[in-house]
Amino acid sequence: MKNNMNDFSCPVPILEHDTIQLAHGAGGQLSSKLIETMFLPRFGNKILNDLEDQAVVSLNTGKLAISTDSFVVDPIFFPGGNIGELAVNGTVNDVAMSGAKPLYLSVGFILEEGLPMEILHRILLSMEVAAKKAGVIIITGDTKVVNHGSCDQLFINTTGIGQVPDNVHISASSLKPGDKIILSGTVADHGMAVMTSREGLSFQSRVNSDTAALNHMISKMIEISPHIHALRDPTRGGVATTLNEFAKSSNIGIRIVEESIPILPDTRAACEVLGIDPLNVANEGKLIAAVPGEIASDMLKAIKCCEYGNNAEIIGEVIDDHSGIVTMKTALGALRIIDMPLGEQLPRIC
Amino acid sequence: MIKYLDEFRDPVVAKRILEAIKNTVTQPWVIMEICGGQTHSIIRNGIDQLLPKDIELVHGPGCPVCVTPIEVIDRALTLASKPNVIFTSFGDMLRVPGSDNDLLMIKSTGADVRSVYSPLESLNIARKNPSKEVIFLAVGFETTAPGNAMAIHQASKEGITNFSELVSHVLVPPAMESLLSSPANRVQAYLAAGHVCAVMGWQEYEPIAEKYRVPIVPTGFEPVDVLEGILMAVEMLERKDYTVKNQYLRTVMRQGNITAQKIIQDVFEVTNQTWRGIGNIASSGLKIRDKYHHYDAAKKFSVEDIHSQESELCMSGVILQGVKKPNQCPAFGNECIPMHPLGATMVSNEGACAAYFKYQRLK
Amino acid sequence: MCLAMPGKVINIFDENGLKMANIDYSGTINKACIEYVPEITVGEYTIIHAGFAISVINEDEAMKSFEAWQELEKRIND
Repeated sequence: MKNNMNDFSCPVPILEHDTIQLAHGAGGQLSSKLIETMFLPRFGNKILNDLEDQAVVSLNTGKLAISTDSFVVDPIFFPGGNIGELAVNGTVNDVAMSGAKPLYLSVGFILEEGLPMEILHRILLSMEVAAKKAGVIIITGDTKVVNHGSCDQLFINTTGIGQVPDNVHISASSLKPGDKIILSGTVADHGMAVMTSREGLSFQSRVNSDTAALNHMISKMIEISPHIHALRDPTRGGVATTLNEFAKSSNIGIRIVEESIPILPDTRAACEVLGIDPLNVANEGKLIAAVPGEIASDMLKAIKCCEYGNNAEIIGEVIDDHSGIVTMKTALGALRIIDMPLGEQLPRIC
Repeated sequence: MIKYLDEFRDPVVAKRILEAIKNTVTQPWVIMEICGGQTHSIIRNGIDQLLPKDIELVHGPGCPVCVTPIEVIDRALTLASKPNVIFTSFGDMLRVPGSDNDLLMIKSTGADVRSVYSPLESLNIARKNPSKEVIFLAVGFETTAPGNAMAIHQASKEGITNFSELVSHVLVPPAMESLLSSPANRVQAYLAAGHVCAVMGWQEYEPIAEKYRVPIVPTGFEPVDVLEGILMAVEMLERKDYTVKNQYLRTVMRQGNITAQKIIQDVFEVTNQTWRGIGNIASSGLKIRDKYHHYDAAKKFSVEDIHSQESELCMSGVILQGVKKPNQCPAFGNECIPMHPLGATMVSNEGACAAYFKYQRLK
Repeated sequence: MCLAMPGKVINIFDENGLKMANIDYSGTINKACIEYVPEITVGEYTIIHAGFAISVINEDEAMKSFEAWQELEKRIND
């Protein structure tokens, strides 16, 4: 369920203040009130409710995947999502890209003095929904408040933990010639949604962020075969960056086909107008997988049946030639080199 | 389907035109495009890879980013570093290095440098910030001149005094003549920049085509446009037709856009201009007329005396004329790479040296 | 900077004494100044460069291009 800014079915809890005060981060009474009234109703579970300084959990022995990420996206509400669900989905995905089943999240908030409670409430609501959908539990958290002007409304850090099955060994250095490259859906939606929503009132676009948790898709993929070589979500720097990272880590060449790259017409138009290459734009609900050639079509079929995978395509393959370089066959049949973008095309998009 | 865009990217039509080119050409020809947008399209679509070997494409000085003299950047940096200044520019100028720095670097040290899509946006910033001086880096060919002129015209009409432009405008026909009159010239036909011609028309090219006996084809930007322009140029070369023929039918008319030309005339006048990599070309630039001198940032803030030296190692002048190839330059790949370019042709990724640098990895 | 994009005029209005239009680029809408194409009407296509419309796209001339390509196909197949 995407965040609906007009969702009033769960009303804002009543507190003494309708905006965040410095005292809410001071650890005293106001802090406790804030946690009890705003956070626990959203994230409450046995572990969190104990409100210890740490969460203690038992895990099976074996490989653990841990990932942390901070979210500073501007604006905090953008078409198709907000910073909260981005924070949950982003870390769930980072953990899941190892093949792990994400289990627990920690959440740290840095709130700006003066942030309306209503805004915080909406963000927390969408985090609750995102966490439930992904099947992860938020077991510990932290809240700090900084002076007005010291951060843009709020920043969120999430850390996730998951368990990697013993028979799964996914790594960017494991690609082999003959592998097929699968992209799970349309490119550039998130980055362009954020970019176009920053342009101001005169710039209108129908592009929505694709923020989504992909762990269920990855579980299905592992059921098809545990022998996935590489998995990554192409966030900052887009598909171009992820493919270059694969090519360099594994010291192989990657050849993709321009016509096979899925893109929504509205996203494509926005990229054309702003002069941006969609391959360089962030995605928050897509993955790139490198799988052995013989399992590729079964893997593609499985991904296409998943909730966020209907537009999945095989976009290329791993080759012996041009090690470390990513090339693309253009619609006209020529060969073009796809480099990582030089710098920050679109700052603060996640 | 994006109308008037996708039809001109149709691979089926493109392949058809390539076939026609192959069937038409009977001897080697050298064709130059003077337009950054066309260069970009050629590289992006791999058109130079697909053409028959007999056709050599030379990328001319058509990228305003590449041909902006280094001293204009240095002047821009001085202006942007002043307190109380909001310095605005098109995004692609922000990374161009001056003698020591670039606009993005000084932005990171606190200068108020903003990227805009239009000079009217810059004028709006001036309206909203009456206590600041807003300066716009007005760089470009004839295509951007009408917009830059309009911003000054508007500012004057509204009595806005905190807006000015740092101008470095270049004109294509004098540059074309300069290249053609060089004894080392190898270029036999030109693709003229489609949107420059949309503004200025193609009348100015007719005497050039006749005098130097070169076919000139105003051409669009999409791959089908560029290929069709090349086909027309080759057909004209093969039958010794030294005139101007328009490929970009849907957008360009012989007389161009008269309204736009009028306002360019009102605000700007022709002047001598330095082209990075080539040198000074007489009457090849535009400067703000005296009556609008209040809007001339170079005069207003006294940066006219800033002069800079180009790198002595750089040979982009001969590369821009197609006389030498990038890998024949001793600095290529050593002192001069895209991350730290020495001159015009490595500065922008549409420059001949930057493109060569990128694609040599495929060999 | 060399970026120019065809788009359709969806409405025309005045801003600060300048004639402006909202341009639809296949779903993305942005405004541009149409002082240089004052004769343009809603529904027509134009080329926008750096926030300014510089030319009205001539549908008839575009058709000539499409016809020329069909002629080309015949020539090649002969």
